[in-house]
Amino acid sequence: MATPLEELGHDALAQKGWLGAYKWLIARRIAQVAIIGLFLLGPLGGVWILKGNLSSSLLLDTVPMVEPITFLQMLAAGAAGITTTTIIGVLIVAVFYALVGGRAYCAWVCPVNMVTDAAAWLRRKLGIKSTSKIPDWARWWMLGAVIVLAMATGSLAYELVNPVSMTHRGLIYGMGAGWAVIVAVFAYDLLIAKHGWCGHLCPMGALYSAIGSYSVVRMRSDNRAACDDCMECFEVCPEPRILPAALKQGQKQGLPPAVLSGLCTNCGRCADICSKDVFAFGLVLPRERMAGPSREGAGRAEDETLKQAP
Amino acid sequence: MAAKTVNRRRFLTTMARTACGVSLFALGLGFYARGSKALPPEYIRPPGALEEEKFLSACTRCGICVRDCPYDILKLAELGRDNAATGTPYFHARSGACEMCEDIPCIPNCPTGALDHSLTDINKARMGLAVVIDQENCIAFQGLRCEVCYNVCPLRGKALSLDYQPNKRSGRHALFIPVVHSDACTGCGLCERACILEREAIKVLPIRLAKGELGHHYRFGWKEKAKHGGALVTPDKEHHFNLPKGVEYDYSTGRIYVKNKPAAPNAPQAAKPKGGAASILNRGIQEAK
Ligand code: SF4
Ligand code: SF4
Ligand code: SF4
Ligand code: SF4
Repeated sequence: MATPLEELGHDALAQKGWLGAYKWLIARRIAQVAIIGLFLLGPLGGVWILKGNLSSSLLLDTVPMVEPITFLQMLAAGAAGITTTTIIGVLIVAVFYALVGGRAYCAWVCPVNMVTDAAAWLRRKLGIKSTSKIPDWARWWMLGAVIVLAMATGSLAYELVNPVSMTHRGLIYGMGAGWAVIVAVFAYDLLIAKHGWCGHLCPMGALYSAIGSYSVVRMRSDNRAACDDCMECFEVCPEPRILPAALKQGQKQGLPPAVLSGLCTNCGRCADICSKDVFAFGLVLPRERMAGPSREGAGRAEDETLKQAP
Repeated sequence: MAAKTVNRRRFLTTMARTACGVSLFALGLGFYARGSKALPPEYIRPPGALEEEKFLSACTRCGICVRDCPYDILKLAELGRDNAATGTPYFHARSGACEMCEDIPCIPNCPTGALDHSLTDINKARMGLAVVIDQENCIAFQGLRCEVCYNVCPLRGKALSLDYQPNKRSGRHALFIPVVHSDACTGCGLCERACILEREAIKVLPIRLAKGELGHHYRFGWKEKAKHGGALVTPDKEHHFNLPKGVEYDYSTGRIYVKNKPAAPNAPQAAKPKGGAASILNRGIQEAK
């Protein structure tokens, strides 16, 4: 039955050893830090692999990449500066995450993830249980607000406060008072709402979940019959409501053995923490996705768990 | 039934709360965005930057231009430290002016049209306009030789020239007055950086602050006349001064002379009799007698 919070992860450690129980977490941290490192390698070491920052960048001085939410805002603000390069850049990024989704950006690239993960960790350590309930569709409203603001002001208004671009740009070019925004996000996640920012509010997360909702690289749960309901994955997953459809409940409904929701960040924490090795990264091709019950079925499964949640 | 009502009520409250939260956020950010639209006048955008309004919708704040500037003069504005919109590139001429690179390396890698890629001749850049704004402290106006701004200007003679004027204080020297010409000045700011004063007397200003604009209905008669190749209206009647007989007014010298005996065009000022125009007039009368 459900593992008490104090014993979270003990089984996985005992079964798989330290490396086995943390491999995706370690891989993600390496990826997150390496991406920042590559952007700094140019100015500090003169080796130009990545130039710019996550808002838009140049890989090896040739391949352009443009952040989708920046592009959306440019469109909404009047499309003054959109060039072929801009469009190629945003397509490269969007196609990549449409294949390697859902929100792989969130777990592997975004610098704020380290901040909110730290807050979630500290929350667990301090045993903070109280959380203010924010509907998780709030992020879609946020995304709407971002676009309306761009239209109303004719500028990339959200970029004035976007914690993601601010953190990343800050690390690479100088932060100014940007620290305050990071601290605010951390405090919000720690004291006010569990997974508050990334799990409920961040409009970039919303956009990436839309882009990656039919992605191919997925967390699969082929071994779901072995699940013993320890619920540890529910504790570490930043979007726990998407899990039941991949586990026994989904099995009953005939859903494919995989986390299909675009909200999944492909962080791999569920795979790390599961002592029964239920989860593993794999591919979900459209054929398999369509073979199961309709998408609405999957949606209903999520809704069911939502109602059951205390 | 009752449970349903409660559920719906809770749902509606959550909706309302979220709506409030998101609207407050949007409102606050909206006003903040409005406020940060004005670029402080001492900040200059990189060459080729679109006009400010459009620039703020086109620049992704990536800093590729910052990286590509070999002189490292460009900077991305930091929250709370620089007053430009957070993340946008600018330079501050007094601490680092644009060196006007011939190949303008800051432009081609800009992933958007924020920096106009069709700008390939740096001399056509219009980042701002230099203005000799403090004529009380610029030492050239005191009759001292300086000309530093003039000498560092990459478009010396075209964008910044020297105007020689008599030094009224000493009565025998010249003033070497720096004069900026808006048809050539790129706004690079090298003059501003080089100004030898404690605080610069020549500053690059945004063009909107530096330049006036003629009323759109305004026409200069002589220009129209030249364009047309002749008078466009009935020619003016020749003006007759009410002068004593035999005395005439010369438009080119602004002097009165006795007919058939024109005044020397560059007669030294010292030769002017005391007493101003009236005495000249009187003199003319006397000479005519
Ligand atoms: S939800 Fe937003 S802040 Fe969180 S990881 Fe994703 S992009 Fe980053
Ligand atoms: S399902 Fe697993 S990979 Fe997906 S978000 Fe949850 S913990 Fe991460
Ligand atoms: S023209 Fe040269 S010096 Fe001027 S901003 Fe561009 S790269 Fe820098
Ligand atoms: S390269 Fe272009 S988009 Fe990037 S910061 Fe400079 S002006 Fe803005």
